[in-house]
Amino acid sequence: MNVFAFDALNVFLLACLVVTAIAIARLRGLFAVAMLSGIYSLLSASVFVLLDAVDVAFTEAAVGAGMTTVLFLATFGLTRSRENAASHERRLPALLVSVACGAVLLFALSDLPPFGAADTPVQTHPIAERYVETTHDEVGIPNMVTTLLASYRGFDTLGEVMVVFTAGIAVLMLLGRCSRERAEDDH
Amino acid sequence: MILAHYNYWVVVLLMMIGLYTIMAHSNLVKKLLGLMMFQTSVFLMFISLGKIEGGTAPILTGDAVAYSNPLPHVLILTAIVVGVATTAVGLALVVRIHEAYRTIEEFEAIERDKRENQPA
Repeated sequence: MNVFAFDALNVFLLACLVVTAIAIARLRGLFAVAMLSGIYSLLSASVFVLLDAVDVAFTEAAVGAGMTTVLFLATFGLTRSRENAASHERRLPALLVSVACGAVLLFALSDLPPFGAADTPVQTHPIAERYVETTHDEVGIPNMVTTLLASYRGFDTLGEVMVVFTAGIAVLMLLGRCSRERAEDDH
Repeated sequence: MILAHYNYWVVVLLMMIGLYTIMAHSNLVKKLLGLMMFQTSVFLMFISLGKIEGGTAPILTGDAVAYSNPLPHVLILTAIVVGVATTAVGLALVVRIHEAYRTIEEFEAIERDKRENQPA
């Protein structure tokens, strides 16, 4: 892909992402917001493809756009799907705090190396080179992300599985209790 | 060059929108969505840092080309799955709060708590 097309797509997709985020923050109908969050995930997945992170992109598309939307819709089924008008007293402090955080981060950003540069610490650290050079000989799977995830950083993935397992138990305990109470009410 | 830090500006903007949504809205589902936007901004930051100009996805092709750094991809892959797990727990808590208070608005729940705890 030539540089101009890459830049144009990058600018366009990220601008769409910001617009969607603003729409999510402003809309009151929660059904529309759940659909927009699906679009938001899909747009971020497209950005990830553009930035060479294909594995991240399909995880985000499957888990972010698919699973999360279903979870939100299921929650609306059990509760309600309309947001009450926000109180105005919270708006100004919230705006001030988020703008202050943003300003500090923008100030720090000016020290980051330019986007896509090859001589940044992220790219020149020996560990990146080590992984790229030796995965083929040591593991033999062409996809480096798979190799890293399952082999070199396997304990990370084990921790991730434990987190998901714990979250699953927590959800079952929280929801199982209310369905039991409902069953008792019926008797 | 204006595009040199464009991705990072968008990251900061998304983080600000997420933070504002978490703090300004009293609806619990909306707060979780704000948290999700905040998370995505961090993902975007990591992936942008790993991108190398003219590089390709880190899948070995046999040709000597530049690959984008696979390590941020692996970290973010883990973070996405953990993010969905925490969102699921958050939504289950919202359902429980709705069972107990008949509302998913934070302020209404706090008001009710105050009313019930007042000495008669």
